[in-house]
Amino acid sequence: MSVNLTLLTVMGALYACGIYLILERSLTRVLLGLMLLANATNLLILATGGYAGLAPLYNKATGAHEYADPLPQALILTSIVISFAVTAFMLGIIYRTWVLARQDEIQDDIEDLRVAETPRFDAEDDTPIPAETSEFPLTMLGGDGSTVSDHPTAADGPDEAGSVTAGAKEISARDAAAEEQPGSQNVTPGPEGGVK
Amino acid sequence: MITVLAVHFAVAAVAPFLFRAWGRNAFYALAAVPAVSFGWLLFQHGAVYSDVGAVSEVFPWIPGLDLEFAFRLDPLAWVMSLLILGIGALVLVYCARYFSLKDQDLGGFGAQFLAFAGVMFGLVIADDLLLMFIFWELTTILSYLLIGFARTRLAARRSALQALMVTTAGGLAMLVGLIMLGHSAGTYRISAILAQAPTLISGPSGGIVAAAVVLILAGAISKSALVPFHFWLPGAMAAPTPVSAYLHAAAMVKAGIYLVARLAPGFSDTAYWQSIVLGLGLATMLVGGYRALRQTDIKLILAYGTVSQLGFLTMVVGLGTPDAALAGLAMLLAHGLFKATLFLVVGIIDHQAGTRDVRQLSGVFRQSRALGIVAGIGAASMAGVPLLAGFVAKESVLEAFVHHASGGEAWSMVVLVGIVLGSVLTFAYSARFMWGAFAVKPGIERTMFKAVKPSFLAAPAVLSVLSIVYGLWPASVDAWVQPYAALFASTASGAGTPAEQAGHLALWHGFTPALGLTALTFALGLAMYFGRNLVARAQSRVPGWIDGDRMYQLTIGALDDTAVWITGRTQRGSLYFYLAVILTMAFALPLTAMVLAGKPLPDNLYFIDPYSPLQPVVGAGIVIGALAAVKANKRFLAVLMVSVTGYGIALMFALQGAPDLALTQMLVETIILVAFVLAMRSLPAELRDRTGGKYRVIRVIIGAAFGVTMVFAAIHAMGARVAVPVSLEFPRLAYEGGGGLNIVNVTLVDIRAWDTFGEISVLALAATGVASLIFVRGRGDRTRVSETIAEGSVGRQVAVDPGSREAADLAISRKFAASARDAWIVAGRTLAPERRSIIFEVVTRLIFHSLIIFSLYLLLAGHNLPGGGFAGGLTAGLALAIRYLAGGRFELREATPVGAGTLLGIGLATAAASGVVPLLLGGQVFQTAIIELWLPVFGDIKFVTSTIFDIGVYIVVIGLVLDVLRSLGSEIDEHFEEQRTAPAEDAPADDAPAATEVQADVHAEEPVGVPAETTARGQG
Repeated sequence: MSVNLTLLTVMGALYACGIYLILERSLTRVLLGLMLLANATNLLILATGGYAGLAPLYNKATGAHEYADPLPQALILTSIVISFAVTAFMLGIIYRTWVLARQDEIQDDIEDLRVAETPRFDAEDDTPIPAETSEFPLTMLGGDGSTVSDHPTAADGPDEAGSVTAGAKEISARDAAAEEQPGSQNVTPGPEGGVK
Repeated sequence: MITVLAVHFAVAAVAPFLFRAWGRNAFYALAAVPAVSFGWLLFQHGAVYSDVGAVSEVFPWIPGLDLEFAFRLDPLAWVMSLLILGIGALVLVYCARYFSLKDQDLGGFGAQFLAFAGVMFGLVIADDLLLMFIFWELTTILSYLLIGFARTRLAARRSALQALMVTTAGGLAMLVGLIMLGHSAGTYRISAILAQAPTLISGPSGGIVAAAVVLILAGAISKSALVPFHFWLPGAMAAPTPVSAYLHAAAMVKAGIYLVARLAPGFSDTAYWQSIVLGLGLATMLVGGYRALRQTDIKLILAYGTVSQLGFLTMVVGLGTPDAALAGLAMLLAHGLFKATLFLVVGIIDHQAGTRDVRQLSGVFRQSRALGIVAGIGAASMAGVPLLAGFVAKESVLEAFVHHASGGEAWSMVVLVGIVLGSVLTFAYSARFMWGAFAVKPGIERTMFKAVKPSFLAAPAVLSVLSIVYGLWPASVDAWVQPYAALFASTASGAGTPAEQAGHLALWHGFTPALGLTALTFALGLAMYFGRNLVARAQSRVPGWIDGDRMYQLTIGALDDTAVWITGRTQRGSLYFYLAVILTMAFALPLTAMVLAGKPLPDNLYFIDPYSPLQPVVGAGIVIGALAAVKANKRFLAVLMVSVTGYGIALMFALQGAPDLALTQMLVETIILVAFVLAMRSLPAELRDRTGGKYRVIRVIIGAAFGVTMVFAAIHAMGARVAVPVSLEFPRLAYEGGGGLNIVNVTLVDIRAWDTFGEISVLALAATGVASLIFVRGRGDRTRVSETIAEGSVGRQVAVDPGSREAADLAISRKFAASARDAWIVAGRTLAPERRSIIFEVVTRLIFHSLIIFSLYLLLAGHNLPGGGFAGGLTAGLALAIRYLAGGRFELREATPVGAGTLLGIGLATAAASGVVPLLLGGQVFQTAIIELWLPVFGDIKFVTSTIFDIGVYIVVIGLVLDVLRSLGSEIDEHFEEQRTAPAEDAPADDAPAATEVQADVHAEEPVGVPAETTARGQG
């Protein structure tokens, strides 16, 4: 099998430049890097075809060996058009990033950083729980406690409980209680539909 | 048997609907399922206790993995099923009065409970190790759901999770053990494995089997809450009391005991069995009993009591002698009866009094004597008081251990003493429970206690009656258990019949050492009860021992911390860092491998292709372009340089003998250039390099090393190739099968049509993605036609300083271009005069239609000459791009009466149809037919049906280009115009650099805070 070093050298140079560019923070440069990588890969596939040959247009007089290999060409043709689609998609992303954040730079993922700063104390795991000695806690009805009910009444609800401090925010106890409920919708959707 | 299981699961599935219809009374309907199954079980008695010894059912499941639904109802499974189904039914009856009418989510709860009963039944009748494991894990999951029933309470969530973690961890160890055991036995059928157990243990894989048994015991220990995993069971008290009753008496924790009992006949002689079972069992019995005496919550007294009893049961069941086996199952039944009774009583007390605290309950017995009597029977049975089930069972346990100790080993004496001590503790906490729950305590106000309805009390009452019946008439239980005990019987001569070796359950054995030990137990237990204040004081002086719960918390906490630490070191949020790590690995590993392998380079290397000597020249151009793109610090310069490489590669394709590629690459590069310019209009011209400095060196190293690695990897890969290329056949295939001369095109539309179909689907997706990114909501396919647009209104420059030079330019250009010349292009008049170019419009007019015709030619000729759907579609797209650039977005709208989304759909549908229609006509997917016909004007025509596929490709590509133009062109135009007409909103941020900085800082903190920009149409 023959190996065309010219194609491979050019390919290597394109890979090097492409990798250099995608390690950049600027999204535009990352996209340019991706395009160079796509070109480099096309060259790699092309090189697998071996020696240059006749254009693969069938002619009865021509032997199968004399054509340039048609299979890599078919693969590359697919790759070229897909690269175009991906490039267009990336352009869309770049534009949208610019519109949303006035930035053409890849930011550090704040969520990832937040994970790294997770405190040792996890409310779900580490909050001390007072011993509960009943599934049916009694609620006194009226001030004198003369009658007893096994269900909390509306008057004793979280209405009068004031507010709860959660992180840096202060939220009303009723909202906090609502958020404790499964499937709580007690959140404000952000502009892109996510949770703000 | 499988019917019973199926009914359980089926009714569980519809349970939520039953609850919606009948409220809490639906529990009665659910209870009918295990109750009827219980009846069925009684009818099986004859078959199970016949000479065959079991009822088996096997259904194939996954034969390839030797997995099958193998069920086997033998005496052990039968006795376990009695508990599971019987107590399950009673607890469900009890639930119907325990829960209030207002309780939420009862449907889910009932379903889980019934499924839990079914799964437990499946667990004990499963005769396949893996099937049993599946049921085992299902009990874990269902118990997690049941314990966490009160999901809004932190305590319930936490203890449910704890139970899940502990039992799953044990379950994983067990899975490994099961696979080791099944593998060395060569079968996963439990009955078969037990039958060949002796040969397995003594055979060559004896060590593996011993290890496997230890791992399986680890699963059993975690499930049955033995030390050191005993803490999860008291934690699981956060479950509703009926769940606790079922978990403790019949299910879940009994699964571990069952597993020990199941394996004991075969494996109780393996190396570590006795020390694990007896050592941990004894420790658990003592720890549980000790801690039960410290509790002030009556439910926790019972919970630690269960821990203690589980240790006890494990010891008895695992001892591996006939008399212990008999006693073990007897004890299992007795424990199920009294523990269920007591838990249900606790539930009633909690329900009626609103507390389970010993320090608040007082005088309950006076208010509900029936409840007191029921509880008294249960507690007495637990303590082993004569005439009750507990006494009968415990008597034979003591008998077995006295017999065991009579061998004279010091170790077995320790066990016997430990058991007696444990029984003393059991007696003491039983008494403490009765005192705590019912006694009148001085100084405590009488508890408010609502009357107990008979329907509420029914279930515990039935259970306590059963305890009495069992105690007075143990013969039937004896008969049930004897066949299991006989499995342990020695076959040595002179050992006697199995029944003689096992002994019998009886109320009165005569004056035996066991009876003496019982008397001793009672005496010491009573002493501890009456001296309870002394005991409490002594206990409070002992510092908190090693607390399993605390250990668990610390372990989980440490695990969390480690995870956070590792995540913090590796997930730093920097894409650069991630990519650098990935890419470094990507070149370091292959490079190392290549260097280590030290293979010589292949022979046939050449720089200059004899057939194409110009390649190095073009290659140099490409490399220069790429380097310039890297260095460029202006945005469009960089884009142009990348285009240079792209065009260079097109040239390279041409030189290599690939005209199709060259053509397509040229067209794509051109359209990409247009798209780049359109999309990046609003971005600043400078490309700032913020990753400078030390990172640059690393990036150069990674890039260069990656490039070099790729070169050498490619050289070696190509040099290693020995096979003849498949593509040598392609020319012939293309001509004869595909009916086309252009081999590449036939490859795309025929030989590899599936591939191409996948690709155009990706194109459609990407196009939709671009449109969604820009339009945000919807694809924006409904654009207004140009007639409705005011003349010269599009892209009009506003806010130009009147005195400036630009204003003068503007005035002149408006003057020259003011007339409405619709002659050349349709919507040119909508553009602002200063935006129009007469030359461009004329040229567009001249070449648009030619280009479209040319694209059609490329499409149709593509089968035989360079061209095809891709090239044709791109040419047509280019024509549209020219129309857009000359006449603005309304011109584009006029040029394409069909929306981009519609085009993509039609294209995909056409391509798909060309694949499906041959199938309908009896051929294969994407099969090609060659149709030759004669038409009057055209003469002989040879039409190949794969052209239809190519037409689909053509339309999809046009749709893609159109989407790009509409999104990156028209829509962004519109964004700009809206910004200009509403400058107050965004202008300061755009114009003043200082303001941009401020804005950027704000963004850095609150990146999602900026509202999405979209047009009115995008929002609609």
